[in-house]
Amino acid sequence: MTGTTHLEHPQAHLLRTDRFPHIWCPTCGIGTVLKCFIDAVDKAELDYDRMAIVSGIGCTGRVAGYVKLDSYHTTHGRAIPFATGLKLANRDLKVVVFSGDGDLSAIGGNHLIHAARRNMDITVVCVNNFIYGMTGGQAAPTTPSPANTSTTPHGAYEPPFSLPSLLEACGAVYIARWTSLHVRRLTKSLTEALLKPGFSFVEAVAPCSTLYARRNRLGTGFDLMKFYHDHSCIEHDAETAKLAIDYQKTIKVGRFLDIERPTWHQLNDRQHLDTLGDDYYRAAEAKAAQQEEVDHVEA
Amino acid sequence: MASADPKRVLTGSHYLDGDHACTEGALSAGCDFVGGYPITPSTEVVERFAARVPKVGGTFIQMEDEIASITAVLGAVWGGAKAMTVTSGPGFSLMMENIGLGAMLETPCVVVNVQRGGPSTGLPTMVGQSDIMQARWGSHGDYEIIALAPQSPQEAYYLTIDAFNLSEQYRVPVMVMLDECIGHMTERVVIPEASEIEITPRRMTDAAVGEYLPYKVGADMIPAMAHAGDGHRYHVTGLTHDERGYPVMSAECHDGLVRRLCDKIRDNADEIVRLEEDGVDGCEVAVICYGITSRVTRAAIDGARANGVKVGCIRLLTIWPFCETRIRELAPEVKAFVVPEINYGQLSLEVERCAAGQAKVTLVPHMGGNVHDPADIQRAIEEAAR
Amino acid sequence: MRYWRTPLDIQQIKIPKGEIHLIVDRCKGCEFCVEFCPRGVLRMSEAFNAKGYHYPEVIEQGKCVECDLCEVICPDFAIFCLPAEEGGATQKPEEAPDGVS
Repeated sequence: MTGTTHLEHPQAHLLRTDRFPHIWCPTCGIGTVLKCFIDAVDKAELDYDRMAIVSGIGCTGRVAGYVKLDSYHTTHGRAIPFATGLKLANRDLKVVVFSGDGDLSAIGGNHLIHAARRNMDITVVCVNNFIYGMTGGQAAPTTPSPANTSTTPHGAYEPPFSLPSLLEACGAVYIARWTSLHVRRLTKSLTEALLKPGFSFVEAVAPCSTLYARRNRLGTGFDLMKFYHDHSCIEHDAETAKLAIDYQKTIKVGRFLDIERPTWHQLNDRQHLDTLGDDYYRAAEAKAAQQEEVDHVEA
Repeated sequence: MASADPKRVLTGSHYLDGDHACTEGALSAGCDFVGGYPITPSTEVVERFAARVPKVGGTFIQMEDEIASITAVLGAVWGGAKAMTVTSGPGFSLMMENIGLGAMLETPCVVVNVQRGGPSTGLPTMVGQSDIMQARWGSHGDYEIIALAPQSPQEAYYLTIDAFNLSEQYRVPVMVMLDECIGHMTERVVIPEASEIEITPRRMTDAAVGEYLPYKVGADMIPAMAHAGDGHRYHVTGLTHDERGYPVMSAECHDGLVRRLCDKIRDNADEIVRLEEDGVDGCEVAVICYGITSRVTRAAIDGARANGVKVGCIRLLTIWPFCETRIRELAPEVKAFVVPEINYGQLSLEVERCAAGQAKVTLVPHMGGNVHDPADIQRAIEEAAR
Repeated sequence: MRYWRTPLDIQQIKIPKGEIHLIVDRCKGCEFCVEFCPRGVLRMSEAFNAKGYHYPEVIEQGKCVECDLCEVICPDFAIFCLPAEEGGATQKPEEAPDGVS
């Protein structure tokens, strides 16, 4: 049947379908990661009205504009402090940052590491396509050597970040990485990350068809996506220090970290309760939350 | 109009410096979020806030840099808080991109700049007034903001409250341009009863779920806001957008948006501008001054008057929007304007522009580090009168 | 489906039947669905959508088993699968699925 359906897509309830078709290239990996995210939101049974999604600038940065949640498309690299402000103003919000490798780890690097250090209760989804796509294919801190990009026209030579290593060192409590073709596992990790209190980070390795794949003659986005998937090796709890992704080599994927640490809000409450006692304006709520924690642990 | 929350208002008579008075003004206005970063001579504002809010309610977070501070402030406002950040010249420069985002998203917030000598690292502990143009033009693109300049700790208290009120009324970032002298001078600050303090409430939407348009406006050109978590599930972006909040990259949409962002302030400039005038009617020379310089100028004016010069004084409480109407009105009537400022000519350019050649404009510059010698200002007034 | 021997629990197994739905104008001709369909149900058609992309068409409606892989893998939210009316999850337990003796 070659006609178009009149029915709505099963994920239409969380999509701004009035803005579709979206801007991403054919065979780009971002659409698939977005789809996994939407599935994860439903699997985590989150209240759509108590969520906020913030993105930065770049191809992945456009995600905020397509999701039917309170969504904020902010400036380059600054999604995380914006998300921090949202969370601090309303601790009941589930705040998600959805952005690209360049936005998060280059210009946004400082904010990434501090939000992880603070264990700010946000979930960061990083679509890593090893390049700055939106602006025409420049090198990113994740670009492996000797990839060709428009600012490394003779081949990249800087060592790339291992994002999981960076985040573990800074204090993230949940770190996972999958390729965009690992749809079900990616959805599962995203679900876990959304439900995990504290700073959770999911890296989704995705193909950039028009720029990275084309400039490096790696085929179509489809070929590259299959390559990433077929050359990935699942190793849960792998040592994050050794997880930098080299050019067209094996990619270790899996859930690398899942630990417990007090969140910024818990630390803030605890400290002020300690020093100010009942003079702390949140003394009652803080004590109740601490009691709940104790009960939860004992249960 | 609502009145302030008595729990947050430190009613009474105090000795406070300008920085501390600014904090009290913010608390009285209902500010419950500050994202800050230390920078001399503004740090005391956030230090006091960090000490006070765990008792009266609110959140302080020292962010990793000024860019994070202003961005966290924007996020906090969209999350439902009343938010402020505080900085000086170098931090002000860092914040500019996101002040632009604040103007573009129409986010009500307050940015305090306790000015010091610049450019660059300049004179960290000493006075300057050289960020005046930057307050207006610092970010890229066409937009308008409001900037206020107190001349005493008492005024720092009141103008900070006014800044919050103006930001809510016009949905725009508002700057409070202190300078290091005002920030670090200790004077009596009388804080009134909470019931005497008027707070402009945030303009929230009353649209039904599914019908809210973030940038739909009426005749006053100011849209109604919704916070994250209110259930409207809207989208806002720094890209040029239409009333749905969706990015629309067309010249037509851009024209409409930019005009509205500017006109909502420009068309209301006469209501926003506050001046304090003394002896201006029939004067030969009008002195235009602001901040600490306006106090130094008093001695110069008294001296000039004693020497028979008919000199008037216009003190700007509102730096931006600039008091164009008043200057244009006065220019044909006076011989000259004298503009003393602790910079190499910033506000004087505006005075010149509006005087449009109908009156001489004499700048009395002083680069910074300390205040003018009143004799220099007096000499300029007397020369202008000849 | 053809079996080399009849499984003992054949009466309990219901092979789902799916109905493919296409939102033609969203398709960007990436061909993920065609490549990943385990049953080879789709092929790219000769037709163009409004943006000038070829989009998939169903070769044989009855072969879709509603695995949803096309739906899950499509980056453009242009294809999805719903249970088909007959021979699907609504099938009565006593009826044997298609093609089994």
